[in-house]
Amino acid sequence: MSFLEFKNVEYSYVGGDDELVSALKDISLTVERGEFVALVGCNGSGKSTLARLCNGLIAPDGGEVLVDGKPTTDKSALFDIRKKIGIVFQNPDNQMVTTIVEDDVAFGPENLGLKPDEIRARVDWALKSVGMSEHAKSGPFRLSGGQKQRVAIAGVLAIKPELMILDEATGMLDPNGRREVLEVVKKLNRDENMAVIMITHFMEEAAAADRIIVLNKGSIAADGGKELFNTPEVFEDAGLDLPLYVRLARRLNDIGMDVGCPLTADEFAAAVAAIATEGGKR
Amino acid sequence: MRDVSMGQYYPASSPVHRADPRFKLVILILYLVTVFFCDSFFSFGFMTLFVLITIFLSRVPILKVLKSLKLVIIILVFTTLLMMIFYTDTKSAPLAEWGIFHIYLNGIYAAIKLGWRLMLLVLMPTVLTLTSTPTELCDGLESLLSPLKVLHLPVHELALIMSIALRLIPTLIEETDKIVNAQRARGAAFESRNPFKKIKAMIPVLIPLFVSSFRRADELADAMDSRCYRGAKGRTRMKKLKAKLSDFVALLFWCAITVCILFLNYNWFGWAFITALGI
Repeated sequence: MSFLEFKNVEYSYVGGDDELVSALKDISLTVERGEFVALVGCNGSGKSTLARLCNGLIAPDGGEVLVDGKPTTDKSALFDIRKKIGIVFQNPDNQMVTTIVEDDVAFGPENLGLKPDEIRARVDWALKSVGMSEHAKSGPFRLSGGQKQRVAIAGVLAIKPELMILDEATGMLDPNGRREVLEVVKKLNRDENMAVIMITHFMEEAAAADRIIVLNKGSIAADGGKELFNTPEVFEDAGLDLPLYVRLARRLNDIGMDVGCPLTADEFAAAVAAIATEGGKR
Repeated sequence: MRDVSMGQYYPASSPVHRADPRFKLVILILYLVTVFFCDSFFSFGFMTLFVLITIFLSRVPILKVLKSLKLVIIILVFTTLLMMIFYTDTKSAPLAEWGIFHIYLNGIYAAIKLGWRLMLLVLMPTVLTLTSTPTELCDGLESLLSPLKVLHLPVHELALIMSIALRLIPTLIEETDKIVNAQRARGAAFESRNPFKKIKAMIPVLIPLFVSSFRRADELADAMDSRCYRGAKGRTRMKKLKAKLSDFVALLFWCAITVCILFLNYNWFGWAFITALGI
Protein backbone atom coordinates (compact mmCIF):
# COMPACT_ATOMS: atom_id res chain seq x y z
CA MET A 1 0.00 0.00 0.00
CA SER A 2 1.39 3.34 -0.99
CA PHE A 3 1.64 6.19 1.46
CA LEU A 4 -0.15 8.66 -0.80
CA GLU A 5 -2.12 7.50 -3.76
CA PHE A 6 -4.16 9.41 -6.35
CA LYS A 7 -6.54 7.15 -8.26
CA ASN A 8 -7.96 8.71 -11.44
CA VAL A 9 -8.58 11.98 -9.65
CA GLU A 10 -10.73 14.62 -11.33
CA TYR A 11 -11.30 18.10 -10.00
CA SER A 12 -13.08 21.07 -11.47
CA TYR A 13 -14.23 24.41 -10.16
CA VAL A 14 -16.49 27.19 -11.33
CA GLY A 15 -14.37 29.82 -13.00
CA GLY A 16 -14.86 33.53 -13.48
CA ASP A 17 -17.35 33.20 -16.35
CA ASP A 18 -19.55 30.68 -14.53
CA GLU A 19 -17.95 27.99 -16.63
CA LEU A 20 -16.77 24.73 -15.18
CA VAL A 21 -12.98 24.71 -15.35
CA SER A 22 -11.35 21.34 -15.20
CA ALA A 23 -8.30 21.78 -12.96
CA LEU A 24 -7.17 18.17 -12.81
CA LYS A 25 -7.95 15.42 -15.30
CA ASP A 26 -7.54 11.76 -14.53
CA ILE A 27 -4.53 12.08 -12.24
CA SER A 28 -3.01 8.85 -10.95
CA LEU A 29 0.18 8.83 -8.99
CA THR A 30 1.74 7.46 -5.82
CA VAL A 31 4.23 8.93 -3.40
CA GLU A 32 6.13 6.78 -0.92
CA ARG A 33 7.62 7.65 2.46
CA GLY A 34 10.97 9.41 2.27
CA GLU A 35 10.64 10.52 -1.36
CA PHE A 36 11.70 13.97 -2.51
CA VAL A 37 9.37 14.97 -5.31
CA ALA A 38 9.24 18.20 -7.26
CA LEU A 39 5.91 19.03 -8.80
CA VAL A 40 6.37 21.55 -11.58
CA GLY A 41 4.02 23.27 -13.93
CA CYS A 42 3.19 26.79 -15.01
CA ASN A 43 0.37 28.89 -13.55
CA GLY A 44 -3.00 27.23 -13.89
CA SER A 45 -1.55 23.77 -14.39
CA GLY A 46 -3.36 22.51 -11.27
CA LYS A 47 -0.38 22.24 -8.93
CA SER A 48 -1.98 23.92 -5.94
CA THR A 49 -5.23 22.06 -6.45
CA LEU A 50 -3.27 18.83 -6.30
CA ALA A 51 -1.66 19.89 -3.02
CA ARG A 52 -4.99 20.79 -1.44
CA LEU A 53 -6.40 17.42 -2.44
CA CYS A 54 -3.64 15.58 -0.58
CA ASN A 55 -4.81 16.43 2.94
CA GLY A 56 -8.48 16.77 2.24
CA LEU A 57 -8.75 20.56 2.14
CA ILE A 58 -10.80 19.89 -0.98
CA ALA A 59 -12.46 16.66 -2.06
CA PRO A 60 -11.96 15.18 -5.53
CA ASP A 61 -14.91 15.32 -7.93
CA GLY A 62 -13.99 11.95 -9.34
CA GLY A 63 -11.62 9.19 -8.32
CA GLU A 64 -10.00 8.89 -4.90
CA VAL A 65 -7.13 10.28 -2.88
CA LEU A 66 -5.84 7.71 -0.39
CA VAL A 67 -3.46 8.34 2.50
CA ASP A 68 -2.25 5.09 4.00
CA GLY A 69 -5.25 3.49 2.36
CA LYS A 70 -7.80 5.90 3.84
CA PRO A 71 -9.74 8.17 1.49
CA THR A 72 -9.56 11.92 2.19
CA THR A 73 -13.32 12.10 1.83
CA ASP A 74 -13.70 10.15 5.08
CA LYS A 75 -14.30 12.98 7.58
CA SER A 76 -13.35 10.82 10.56
CA ALA A 77 -9.93 10.09 9.03
CA LEU A 78 -9.13 13.73 8.19
CA PHE A 79 -7.44 14.50 11.50
CA ASP A 80 -5.09 11.53 11.10
CA ILE A 81 -4.44 12.40 7.48
CA ARG A 82 -3.51 15.97 8.40
CA LYS A 83 -1.20 14.66 11.11
CA LYS A 84 0.64 12.74 8.39
CA ILE A 85 0.60 15.37 5.65
CA GLY A 86 1.49 18.98 6.34
CA ILE A 87 1.30 21.81 3.84
CA VAL A 88 3.38 24.98 3.81
CA PHE A 89 1.68 27.66 1.74
CA GLN A 90 3.01 30.46 -0.39
CA ASN A 91 2.45 33.50 1.79
CA PRO A 92 4.06 33.14 5.23
CA ASP A 93 2.00 36.08 6.55
CA ASN A 94 -1.22 34.18 5.96
CA GLN A 95 -0.15 31.08 7.85
CA MET A 96 0.70 32.59 11.19
CA VAL A 97 -1.92 32.43 13.84
CA THR A 98 -0.16 34.52 16.41
CA THR A 99 2.60 37.07 16.81
CA ILE A 100 5.30 35.17 18.65
CA VAL A 101 7.38 32.68 16.70
CA GLU A 102 7.38 29.89 19.29
CA ASP A 103 3.67 30.30 20.04
CA ASP A 104 2.93 29.98 16.36
CA VAL A 105 5.04 26.84 16.00
CA ALA A 106 3.24 25.42 19.05
CA PHE A 107 -0.17 25.83 17.37
CA GLY A 108 0.00 22.48 15.56
CA PRO A 109 1.18 20.31 18.46
CA GLU A 110 -1.37 22.05 20.70
CA ASN A 111 -4.09 20.92 18.32
CA LEU A 112 -2.79 17.37 18.62
CA GLY A 113 -3.49 17.50 22.35
CA LEU A 114 0.06 16.79 23.47
CA LYS A 115 1.39 17.42 26.96
CA PRO A 116 2.96 20.86 27.57
CA ASP A 117 6.55 19.57 27.90
CA GLU A 118 6.17 17.41 24.79
CA ILE A 119 4.95 20.49 22.89
CA ARG A 120 7.87 22.51 24.26
CA ALA A 121 10.31 19.81 23.12
CA ARG A 122 8.80 19.66 19.64
CA VAL A 123 8.78 23.44 19.26
CA ASP A 124 12.41 23.69 20.28
CA TRP A 125 13.34 20.82 17.97
CA ALA A 126 11.39 22.23 15.02
CA LEU A 127 12.88 25.70 15.42
CA LYS A 128 16.35 24.20 15.69
CA SER A 129 15.80 22.12 12.56
CA VAL A 130 15.05 25.22 10.51
CA GLY A 131 17.77 27.24 12.24
CA MET A 132 15.44 29.74 13.88
CA SER A 133 16.05 28.96 17.55
CA GLU A 134 17.39 32.40 18.37
CA HIS A 135 14.22 34.04 17.06
CA ALA A 136 11.86 31.92 19.19
CA LYS A 137 10.60 34.89 21.19
CA SER A 138 10.48 37.51 18.48
CA GLY A 139 7.56 38.67 16.40
CA PRO A 140 7.35 37.50 12.79
CA PHE A 141 7.31 41.14 11.63
CA ARG A 142 10.94 41.59 12.48
CA LEU A 143 11.90 38.64 10.28
CA SER A 144 12.82 38.46 6.61
CA GLY A 145 10.65 36.57 4.13
CA GLY A 146 12.94 33.54 4.16
CA GLN A 147 12.98 33.49 7.94
CA LYS A 148 9.19 33.78 8.12
CA GLN A 149 8.80 30.90 5.71
CA ARG A 150 11.23 28.84 7.79
CA VAL A 151 9.01 29.54 10.80
CA ALA A 152 6.02 28.35 8.77
CA ILE A 153 7.94 25.19 7.94
CA ALA A 154 8.75 24.72 11.63
CA GLY A 155 5.05 25.11 12.39
CA VAL A 156 4.26 22.20 10.11
CA LEU A 157 7.32 20.26 11.19
CA ALA A 158 6.33 20.36 14.86
CA ILE A 159 3.36 18.16 13.97
CA LYS A 160 5.97 15.63 12.74
CA PRO A 161 4.26 14.84 9.45
CA GLU A 162 5.47 12.01 7.24
CA LEU A 163 5.02 14.13 4.15
CA MET A 164 5.51 17.85 3.84
CA ILE A 165 4.08 19.63 0.84
CA LEU A 166 5.52 23.02 0.01
CA ASP A 167 2.99 24.79 -2.16
CA GLU A 168 5.11 27.41 -3.92
CA ALA A 169 6.55 28.08 -0.50
CA THR A 170 9.48 29.93 -2.04
CA GLY A 171 7.39 31.88 -4.52
CA MET A 172 7.45 35.14 -2.60
CA LEU A 173 11.06 34.94 -1.49
CA ASP A 174 14.24 36.48 -2.85
CA PRO A 175 17.03 34.17 -4.06
CA ASN A 176 18.61 34.10 -0.59
CA GLY A 177 15.34 33.19 1.06
CA ARG A 178 14.72 30.51 -1.56
CA ARG A 179 18.13 28.99 -0.92
CA GLU A 180 17.55 29.02 2.86
CA VAL A 181 14.23 27.22 2.50
CA LEU A 182 15.53 24.69 -0.01
CA GLU A 183 18.49 23.82 2.22
CA VAL A 184 16.20 23.26 5.20
CA VAL A 185 13.87 21.06 3.19
CA LYS A 186 16.70 18.97 1.75
CA LYS A 187 18.11 18.49 5.23
CA LEU A 188 14.76 17.38 6.64
CA ASN A 189 14.30 14.91 3.81
CA ARG A 190 17.77 13.51 4.37
CA ASP A 191 17.94 13.49 8.18
CA GLU A 192 14.34 12.88 9.20
CA ASN A 193 13.43 10.74 6.18
CA MET A 194 10.44 13.01 5.71
CA ALA A 195 8.85 12.80 2.29
CA VAL A 196 8.67 16.13 0.48
CA ILE A 197 6.56 17.32 -2.39
CA MET A 198 7.95 20.62 -3.55
CA ILE A 199 5.58 22.51 -5.77
CA THR A 200 7.45 25.13 -7.69
CA HIS A 201 8.03 26.79 -10.99
CA PHE A 202 11.67 27.51 -10.21
CA MET A 203 13.41 24.80 -12.17
CA GLU A 204 16.61 25.14 -10.15
CA GLU A 205 14.62 23.91 -7.15
CA ALA A 206 13.08 21.09 -9.12
CA ALA A 207 16.57 19.97 -10.07
CA ALA A 208 17.27 19.32 -6.37
CA ALA A 209 14.54 16.67 -6.17
CA ASP A 210 14.95 12.95 -6.81
CA ARG A 211 11.74 12.73 -8.76
CA ILE A 212 10.06 15.29 -10.95
CA ILE A 213 6.41 15.37 -11.89
CA VAL A 214 5.49 17.75 -14.69
CA LEU A 215 1.92 18.96 -14.70
CA ASN A 216 0.50 20.48 -17.86
CA LYS A 217 -3.07 21.79 -18.04
CA GLY A 218 -4.29 19.44 -15.36
CA SER A 219 -2.63 16.28 -16.61
CA ILE A 220 0.64 14.62 -15.76
CA ALA A 221 2.98 15.26 -18.69
CA ALA A 222 5.96 13.44 -17.25
CA ASP A 223 6.98 11.67 -14.07
CA GLY A 224 10.52 10.52 -13.59
CA GLY A 225 14.01 11.09 -12.19
CA LYS A 226 16.60 13.64 -13.17
CA GLU A 227 16.94 11.94 -16.56
CA LEU A 228 13.85 13.97 -17.53
CA PHE A 229 16.19 16.89 -18.15
CA ASN A 230 17.61 14.96 -21.09
CA THR A 231 14.26 15.37 -22.83
CA PRO A 232 13.77 19.12 -22.49
CA GLU A 233 10.71 19.09 -24.76
CA VAL A 234 8.69 17.77 -21.82
CA PHE A 235 9.32 20.96 -19.89
CA GLU A 236 9.09 23.29 -22.83
CA ASP A 237 5.71 21.87 -23.83
CA ALA A 238 4.46 22.49 -20.30
CA GLY A 239 5.53 26.13 -20.59
CA LEU A 240 8.51 25.78 -18.27
CA ASP A 241 12.08 26.93 -18.52
CA LEU A 242 14.92 24.51 -18.05
CA PRO A 243 17.29 25.00 -15.14
CA LEU A 244 19.97 27.55 -15.96
CA TYR A 245 22.81 25.03 -16.10
CA VAL A 246 20.87 22.62 -18.25
CA ARG A 247 20.27 25.45 -20.72
CA LEU A 248 23.92 26.44 -20.63
CA ALA A 249 25.02 22.86 -21.15
CA ARG A 250 22.65 22.47 -24.08
CA ARG A 251 24.18 25.50 -25.77
CA LEU A 252 27.63 24.06 -25.20
CA ASN A 253 26.53 20.66 -26.47
CA ASP A 254 25.15 22.39 -29.58
CA ILE A 255 28.54 23.86 -30.41
CA GLY A 256 30.18 20.52 -29.92
CA MET A 257 31.34 20.65 -26.29
CA ASP A 258 29.88 17.58 -24.66
CA VAL A 259 29.29 18.55 -21.00
CA GLY A 260 26.45 16.09 -20.47
CA CYS A 261 23.49 17.25 -18.42
CA PRO A 262 24.68 19.05 -15.26
CA LEU A 263 21.97 20.32 -12.89
CA THR A 264 23.86 22.44 -10.40
CA ALA A 265 26.65 24.97 -10.54
CA ASP A 266 29.08 22.43 -9.07
CA GLU A 267 28.22 19.72 -11.54
CA PHE A 268 28.46 22.19 -14.39
CA ALA A 269 31.83 23.46 -13.22
CA ALA A 270 33.09 19.88 -12.86
CA ALA A 271 31.92 18.97 -16.38
CA VAL A 272 33.52 22.05 -17.91
CA ALA A 273 36.71 21.48 -15.93
CA ALA A 274 36.85 17.89 -17.14
CA ILE A 275 36.64 19.04 -20.74
CA ALA A 276 39.23 21.72 -20.14
CA THR A 277 41.76 19.25 -18.69
CA GLU A 278 40.96 16.79 -21.47
CA GLY A 279 41.61 19.52 -24.03
CA GLY A 280 44.88 20.33 -22.30
CA LYS A 281 46.00 16.73 -22.57
CA ARG A 282 45.13 16.50 -26.22
CA MET B 1 0.55 54.76 9.52
CA ARG B 2 3.24 52.25 10.33
CA ASP B 3 3.87 53.36 13.88
CA VAL B 4 0.51 52.43 15.34
CA SER B 5 1.63 50.86 18.55
CA MET B 6 -1.68 49.54 19.79
CA GLY B 7 -1.93 45.81 19.71
CA GLN B 8 1.76 45.30 19.15
CA TYR B 9 3.84 43.35 21.58
CA TYR B 10 7.06 44.89 22.83
CA PRO B 11 9.35 42.07 23.89
CA ALA B 12 11.23 42.75 27.11
CA SER B 13 11.89 41.06 30.40
CA SER B 14 10.00 42.87 33.14
CA PRO B 15 7.70 42.10 36.05
CA VAL B 16 4.80 43.48 34.00
CA HIS B 17 5.61 41.16 31.11
CA ARG B 18 5.87 38.16 33.39
CA ALA B 19 2.62 38.82 35.23
CA ASP B 20 -0.24 36.39 34.69
CA PRO B 21 -2.38 37.74 31.81
CA ARG B 22 -5.56 36.87 33.69
CA PHE B 23 -4.54 39.17 36.51
CA LYS B 24 -3.50 41.83 34.05
CA LEU B 25 -6.92 41.70 32.43
CA VAL B 26 -8.73 41.87 35.77
CA ILE B 27 -6.51 44.73 36.94
CA LEU B 28 -7.17 46.53 33.66
CA ILE B 29 -10.92 46.29 34.12
CA LEU B 30 -10.59 47.43 37.72
CA TYR B 31 -8.40 50.30 36.56
CA LEU B 32 -10.80 51.41 33.82
CA VAL B 33 -13.68 51.48 36.30
CA THR B 34 -11.55 53.38 38.78
CA VAL B 35 -10.61 56.00 36.18
CA PHE B 36 -14.29 56.83 35.86
CA PHE B 37 -14.43 57.51 39.59
CA CYS B 38 -11.58 60.01 39.45
CA ASP B 39 -13.01 63.41 40.12
CA SER B 40 -10.47 65.84 41.51
CA PHE B 41 -7.17 66.85 39.97
CA PHE B 42 -5.49 65.20 42.89
CA SER B 43 -7.11 61.83 42.09
CA PHE B 44 -6.15 62.16 38.43
CA GLY B 45 -2.58 62.93 39.44
CA PHE B 46 -2.65 59.99 41.82
CA MET B 47 -3.78 57.61 39.04
CA THR B 48 -1.29 59.03 36.55
CA LEU B 49 1.50 58.42 39.03
CA PHE B 50 0.66 54.72 39.18
CA VAL B 51 0.28 54.51 35.42
CA LEU B 52 3.75 56.00 35.07
CA ILE B 53 5.13 53.58 37.65
CA THR B 54 3.60 50.67 35.71
CA ILE B 55 5.09 51.92 32.45
CA PHE B 56 8.44 52.35 34.15
CA LEU B 57 8.29 48.81 35.59
CA SER B 58 7.34 47.39 32.19
CA ARG B 59 10.62 48.66 30.64
CA VAL B 60 8.69 49.76 27.55
CA PRO B 61 10.02 53.10 26.29
CA ILE B 62 7.50 55.72 27.41
CA LEU B 63 7.36 57.22 23.89
CA LYS B 64 6.16 53.89 22.57
CA VAL B 65 3.25 54.01 25.01
CA LEU B 66 2.49 57.66 24.33
CA LYS B 67 2.31 56.97 20.61
CA SER B 68 -0.99 55.21 21.22
CA LEU B 69 -2.44 58.64 22.01
CA LYS B 70 -1.92 59.58 18.37
CA LEU B 71 -4.88 57.35 17.53
CA VAL B 72 -7.26 59.27 19.73
CA ILE B 73 -5.78 62.75 19.38
CA ILE B 74 -8.64 63.98 17.21
CA ILE B 75 -11.31 62.70 19.58
CA LEU B 76 -9.28 64.08 22.45
CA VAL B 77 -9.01 67.60 21.01
CA PHE B 78 -12.61 67.62 19.83
CA THR B 79 -14.21 66.50 23.05
CA THR B 80 -12.13 68.77 25.25
CA LEU B 81 -12.85 71.74 23.01
CA LEU B 82 -16.58 71.05 22.95
CA MET B 83 -16.59 70.54 26.69
CA MET B 84 -14.83 73.86 27.17
CA ILE B 85 -17.18 75.94 25.02
CA PHE B 86 -20.47 74.33 25.94
CA TYR B 87 -19.97 73.79 29.65
CA THR B 88 -22.53 75.84 31.53
CA ASP B 89 -21.95 76.85 35.10
CA THR B 90 -24.94 78.53 36.72
CA LYS B 91 -23.06 79.59 39.81
CA SER B 92 -20.33 81.73 38.35
CA ALA B 93 -19.92 84.28 35.62
CA PRO B 94 -18.35 83.19 32.32
CA LEU B 95 -14.78 84.27 31.59
CA ALA B 96 -15.66 84.87 27.97
CA GLU B 97 -18.70 84.59 25.76
CA TRP B 98 -19.36 84.50 21.98
CA GLY B 99 -22.97 83.85 21.07
CA ILE B 100 -23.82 80.34 22.17
CA PHE B 101 -20.23 79.63 23.18
CA HIS B 102 -18.98 80.54 26.59
CA ILE B 103 -16.04 79.66 28.72
CA TYR B 104 -16.29 79.22 32.45
CA LEU B 105 -13.41 78.50 34.80
CA ASN B 106 -15.13 75.28 35.84
CA GLY B 107 -15.61 74.50 32.16
CA ILE B 108 -11.87 74.66 31.63
CA TYR B 109 -11.37 72.36 34.61
CA ALA B 110 -13.99 69.93 33.32
CA ALA B 111 -12.42 69.92 29.85
CA ILE B 112 -8.95 69.22 31.21
CA LYS B 113 -10.34 66.40 33.34
CA LEU B 114 -12.17 64.92 30.38
CA GLY B 115 -9.03 64.93 28.24
CA TRP B 116 -6.98 63.57 31.09
CA ARG B 117 -9.49 60.79 31.68
CA LEU B 118 -9.44 59.83 27.99
CA MET B 119 -5.66 59.64 28.04
CA LEU B 120 -5.70 57.45 31.12
CA LEU B 121 -8.28 55.23 29.46
CA VAL B 122 -6.07 54.72 26.41
CA LEU B 123 -2.68 54.39 28.10
CA MET B 124 -3.24 51.35 30.28
CA PRO B 125 -4.80 49.09 27.63
CA THR B 126 -1.79 50.00 25.49
CA VAL B 127 0.53 48.91 28.27
CA LEU B 128 -1.39 45.64 28.42
CA THR B 129 -1.01 44.88 24.71
CA LEU B 130 2.61 46.01 24.71
CA THR B 131 3.52 43.70 27.56
CA SER B 132 1.40 40.64 26.77
CA THR B 133 1.55 38.53 23.64
CA PRO B 134 -1.73 37.93 21.84
CA THR B 135 -1.44 34.28 22.82
CA GLU B 136 -1.22 35.25 26.48
CA LEU B 137 -4.18 37.59 26.19
CA CYS B 138 -6.12 34.97 24.31
CA ASP B 139 -5.33 32.32 26.94
CA GLY B 140 -6.09 34.74 29.74
CA LEU B 141 -9.41 35.75 28.27
CA GLU B 142 -10.32 32.16 27.60
CA SER B 143 -9.52 31.21 31.15
CA LEU B 144 -11.44 34.16 32.62
CA LEU B 145 -14.48 33.54 30.46
CA SER B 146 -14.44 29.76 30.85
CA PRO B 147 -17.34 29.78 33.36
CA LEU B 148 -19.50 31.04 30.47
CA LYS B 149 -18.97 27.75 28.66
CA VAL B 150 -21.87 26.50 30.75
CA LEU B 151 -24.05 28.88 28.75
CA HIS B 152 -22.65 27.36 25.52
CA LEU B 153 -20.73 30.51 24.72
CA PRO B 154 -17.91 29.64 22.27
CA VAL B 155 -15.24 30.98 24.61
CA HIS B 156 -12.28 29.36 22.89
CA GLU B 157 -13.37 30.59 19.47
CA LEU B 158 -13.90 34.13 20.74
CA ALA B 159 -10.45 34.19 22.30
CA LEU B 160 -8.88 32.85 19.11
CA ILE B 161 -10.70 35.43 17.00
CA MET B 162 -9.30 38.14 19.22
CA SER B 163 -5.81 36.73 18.97
CA ILE B 164 -5.95 36.55 15.18
CA ALA B 165 -7.37 40.07 14.99
CA LEU B 166 -4.46 41.41 17.02
CA ARG B 167 -2.05 39.40 14.92
CA LEU B 168 -3.45 40.84 11.68
CA ILE B 169 -3.39 44.52 12.66
CA PRO B 170 0.18 45.16 11.48
CA THR B 171 -0.35 43.05 8.35
CA LEU B 172 -3.45 45.00 7.38
CA ILE B 173 -1.75 48.31 8.07
CA GLU B 174 1.05 47.28 5.75
CA GLU B 175 -1.53 46.25 3.18
CA THR B 176 -3.36 49.56 3.49
CA ASP B 177 -0.10 51.40 2.92
CA LYS B 178 0.50 49.40 -0.24
CA ILE B 179 -3.00 50.02 -1.59
CA VAL B 180 -2.82 53.74 -0.75
CA ASN B 181 0.41 53.99 -2.69
CA ALA B 182 -1.01 52.02 -5.59
CA GLN B 183 -4.07 54.28 -5.78
CA ARG B 184 -1.91 57.36 -5.36
CA ALA B 185 0.12 56.19 -8.35
CA ARG B 186 -3.14 56.21 -10.29
CA GLY B 187 -3.87 59.75 -9.22
CA ALA B 188 -6.12 59.31 -6.18
CA ALA B 189 -6.43 62.55 -4.21
CA PHE B 190 -5.44 61.58 -0.69
CA GLU B 191 -3.71 64.91 -0.19
CA SER B 192 -6.89 66.89 -0.70
CA ARG B 193 -7.64 69.28 2.14
CA ASN B 194 -11.34 68.77 1.78
CA PRO B 195 -12.30 66.17 4.39
CA PHE B 196 -15.20 64.87 2.25
CA LYS B 197 -12.91 64.33 -0.70
CA LYS B 198 -10.47 62.62 1.63
CA ILE B 199 -13.13 60.24 2.87
CA LYS B 200 -14.27 59.59 -0.68
CA ALA B 201 -10.69 58.81 -1.66
CA MET B 202 -10.64 56.09 1.00
CA ILE B 203 -13.32 54.04 -0.78
CA PRO B 204 -10.96 52.70 -3.47
CA VAL B 205 -8.66 51.76 -0.60
CA LEU B 206 -11.23 50.03 1.55
CA ILE B 207 -12.69 47.83 -1.18
CA PRO B 208 -9.41 46.14 -2.18
CA LEU B 209 -8.56 45.92 1.50
CA PHE B 210 -11.79 44.03 2.17
CA VAL B 211 -11.24 41.72 -0.79
CA SER B 212 -7.71 40.90 0.27
CA SER B 213 -8.80 40.40 3.89
CA PHE B 214 -11.26 37.77 2.78
CA ARG B 215 -8.58 36.08 0.73
CA ARG B 216 -6.24 36.16 3.68
CA ALA B 217 -8.92 34.71 5.94
CA ASP B 218 -9.44 31.94 3.44
CA GLU B 219 -5.75 31.09 3.27
CA LEU B 220 -5.38 31.29 7.03
CA ALA B 221 -8.29 28.89 7.44
CA ASP B 222 -6.61 26.44 5.06
CA ALA B 223 -3.33 26.75 6.92
CA MET B 224 -5.07 26.18 10.26
CA ASP B 225 -6.95 23.19 8.92
CA SER B 226 -3.70 21.78 7.57
CA ARG B 227 -2.18 22.16 11.02
CA CYS B 228 -4.83 19.89 12.51
CA TYR B 229 -7.01 22.62 14.01
CA ARG B 230 -10.46 21.39 14.99
CA GLY B 231 -11.61 23.89 17.58
CA ALA B 232 -11.15 23.60 21.31
CA LYS B 233 -11.74 19.85 21.18
CA GLY B 234 -8.75 17.94 22.53
CA ARG B 235 -6.53 21.01 22.37
CA THR B 236 -3.78 21.51 24.92
CA ARG B 237 -1.48 24.44 25.65
CA MET B 238 2.28 24.74 25.63
CA LYS B 239 2.28 27.50 28.22
CA LYS B 240 0.06 26.80 31.17
CA LEU B 241 -1.07 29.91 33.01
CA LYS B 242 0.15 29.92 36.58
CA ALA B 243 -0.77 32.61 39.09
CA LYS B 244 2.17 33.69 41.20
CA LEU B 245 2.19 35.40 44.58
CA SER B 246 3.28 38.61 42.89
CA ASP B 247 0.12 38.54 40.77
CA PHE B 248 -2.05 38.50 43.88
CA VAL B 249 0.04 41.27 45.42
CA ALA B 250 -0.39 43.40 42.29
CA LEU B 251 -4.13 42.80 42.31
CA LEU B 252 -4.41 43.73 45.99
CA PHE B 253 -2.35 46.82 45.32
CA TRP B 254 -4.68 47.99 42.57
CA CYS B 255 -7.68 47.23 44.75
CA ALA B 256 -6.11 49.52 47.33
CA ILE B 257 -5.71 52.24 44.71
CA THR B 258 -9.37 51.86 43.78
CA VAL B 259 -10.35 52.25 47.42
CA CYS B 260 -8.16 55.37 47.69
CA ILE B 261 -9.84 56.91 44.65
CA LEU B 262 -13.29 56.10 46.02
CA PHE B 263 -12.31 57.76 49.29
CA LEU B 264 -11.03 60.83 47.48
CA ASN B 265 -14.24 60.94 45.51
CA TYR B 266 -16.86 60.33 48.20
CA ASN B 267 -15.06 61.30 51.37
CA TRP B 268 -17.37 59.09 53.45
CA PHE B 269 -15.97 60.21 56.79
CA GLY B 270 -15.90 63.87 55.89
CA TRP B 271 -12.17 64.15 56.42
CA ALA B 272 -11.06 67.74 56.09
CA PHE B 273 -7.77 67.04 54.33
CA ILE B 274 -9.57 65.42 51.42
CA THR B 275 -11.78 68.47 51.04
CA ALA B 276 -8.62 70.55 51.21
CA LEU B 277 -7.18 68.66 48.22
CA GLY B 278 -9.81 70.62 46.35
CA ILE B 279 -11.21 70.49 42.87
